[in-house]
Amino acid sequence: MKARIPITLLVAALVFFGGFAGLFIAPDEATMHEIQRIFYFHVPLWTAMTLALSISCFSCIAWLVSRRATFDLLAVAGAEVGVLCCTGGLITGMLWGKPVWGIWWTWDARLTSTFVLWLLYISYLLLRELIEDPHRRATLSAVFGVFAYLDLPIVLLSTTLWRTQHPQPVLFGGPKSINHTMLMVFLLCMVAIVGVMILILIDRYRLERLRFELDELRVEIESREMDAQQLPAKQAVPGKELPAKGTA
Amino acid sequence: MKALRATWTLFAKECRLEFRTRELLTATVVFSLIIIVFFSFAFDPTPAESRRYGPGLLWIAFFFAGSLMVNPSFAREQINDTLDALRMAPVPSFAVLSAKILANLLFLSIAEAILVPVFSVFYNVSLVGIVGRLILVLVLGTVGLVITGTVFSAISAHARMRELLLPVLLLPFLTPVLIAAVSTTISLFGDARELDRTWVTFLAGFDIVFLAASWILSDFLAEG
Amino acid sequence: MASAAAPPHTVQQGLGIRFDRVERRFGSLVALRSVSLEIIPGEFVALLGHNGAGKTTLLRIAAQLMRPSRGAVKFVEARPDASHADPSDKLKDEVPDVSVKALIGLVAHSLLLYDELSAAENLTLFAKLYALDNVPVRVSAALEACGLASRATSQVRTFSRGMRQRLAIARSLLHSPRLLLLDEPAAGLDAQGLAWFSATLERLRGNGCTVLMSTHARNESLDLATRAVVLAAGRVRHDTGPGNDPRPLLESLRTEA
Repeated sequence: MKARIPITLLVAALVFFGGFAGLFIAPDEATMHEIQRIFYFHVPLWTAMTLALSISCFSCIAWLVSRRATFDLLAVAGAEVGVLCCTGGLITGMLWGKPVWGIWWTWDARLTSTFVLWLLYISYLLLRELIEDPHRRATLSAVFGVFAYLDLPIVLLSTTLWRTQHPQPVLFGGPKSINHTMLMVFLLCMVAIVGVMILILIDRYRLERLRFELDELRVEIESREMDAQQLPAKQAVPGKELPAKGTA
Repeated sequence: MKALRATWTLFAKECRLEFRTRELLTATVVFSLIIIVFFSFAFDPTPAESRRYGPGLLWIAFFFAGSLMVNPSFAREQINDTLDALRMAPVPSFAVLSAKILANLLFLSIAEAILVPVFSVFYNVSLVGIVGRLILVLVLGTVGLVITGTVFSAISAHARMRELLLPVLLLPFLTPVLIAAVSTTISLFGDARELDRTWVTFLAGFDIVFLAASWILSDFLAEG
Repeated sequence: MASAAAPPHTVQQGLGIRFDRVERRFGSLVALRSVSLEIIPGEFVALLGHNGAGKTTLLRIAAQLMRPSRGAVKFVEARPDASHADPSDKLKDEVPDVSVKALIGLVAHSLLLYDELSAAENLTLFAKLYALDNVPVRVSAALEACGLASRATSQVRTFSRGMRQRLAIARSLLHSPRLLLLDEPAAGLDAQGLAWFSATLERLRGNGCTVLMSTHARNESLDLATRAVVLAAGRVRHDTGPGNDPRPLLESLRTEA
């Protein structure tokens, strides 16, 4: 893909500037000061994760409907990248939580549901690892993928209801009014991180695709070798190759 | 309707097979009992603690035992490839799935019916006046577990390490059901002895959503 | 000659199958490579080939237990007013796949029976699933015919190999299939069982049922075959074609084996 190098450079530049802006250009936040800056990376990671997992679920459905290999490959790529972003999000969340709240973790609605989501997609990847036949693997993991995605809003709803009953410290509380520069930096980082996610997704997809095509080639080669071997030996039985008219 | 009759025939077959050996039922009851008893060894709870943590314990026992219990639903059909025979029969794949869901529901309910009284005795939790509502919560929670568990049994039957895989797939997925069921049971066992409407509706909603999803996707589960 | 005049349940037109460039892969293992075959309603096709040639896979695809990786399988039936004289000219209608299930019977490598149920319970289960009427009568008739009436209430896990095979065959015939798929059906049968099986096959042939039977070359039932197809390494190696005598090919394979 010719456009590959310029796009990668562009995204790299965005990441560089985004990181620089987040760390140095964005104004100091009133209550949390320096640690607040993690917000510029943390929230975009969630966005990237949501996008990746949505692509994965869409691909699962598309596979079930069309049986085209592309969708199966995209489903696993999306899930893996989604898990990656989720891990990043959880870690940045913890890094933020410790200095601010003094705790690494709390079972608030959002963190709990995110952790469950992480577990769900890890088990999706595990399921794929454990089924050998490619066709079956694609179909069964697609069904699980759809179930898992459907479960996400339900998990979030249940943890929210649960936590409104017993309020706990909330990491990253609701929307707050935001300074203009902060917003700009935030949007820049958003584009940068989502851009990185998409690049990694494409790469992961292409890796799967290459593996798939390699398998197809191997099969084709083996098939031709088998045909080549067959031909000389079987010509011993005369005149039986073609359906003959009338009775023998 | 033909499909209902087929579901009934298959459900009867599942019951006949299980009640002939009763291995699954026995193992489920014993395993749940062990979890319930181990809790008291591990935590040595006071009566107040028993009431506070009892519901959680009860549901954890049912979830763990249940997630092991649903495994044979489809794994057993691999002996003599009987699942192939069912797939060839002119019955909808959802009928095969529903029959197993109903059977699992029956078996797990029987286990629960034995274990809840045992639990109330061991932990001195009174069930007076809340039995009907407790049954409602048990049913709604168990239905959610069993629907999803049976579907995941069909999925993991073709995977390696399926006995370990099934709980790994199932338990995170059932987090909402666990939260809802435990919350409702806590308020039932609590001083007010009341049934939380929100959670009950939530559980019913979960059951309906995933029953529908299973129905829509059942054909894909049946493929070879 | 209109076959509509004949009583419907004694002359059942068999189902034909059309395999169109069927391929089947299992990961990197290719079981079938571009098999195109048209089996005409009423034919008795002997499917031959070494182990691993793809016979079982072809039968499982015909049974709709798996989809082909590529290509298509369609089921056809002869129109009622078709003449019986020239098999290759029969007019065909394609049968929608869903309704086909009730018309196919399979005897596979696996038993397809529940070990923990009795012979009668197994047959009753499948009779009900196939929505047959008069279930108890049919079940006892089937058990009677295959010689297992005395063991009707014993669990299948207590049966010998030969008895299991007989029951498996009886199960596949319960719903009077119009297409019978047999994967080495004679395996494990004793002399008595074989005799019953051959007689049953002859009766089915007489009724016009299509039979696709995979077997090794030395099976007696091959005398009933109207066509021989040899598979090798996932392809059709030889095909005597519809309406031609397969016996010379079968003879040559017998001596070769």
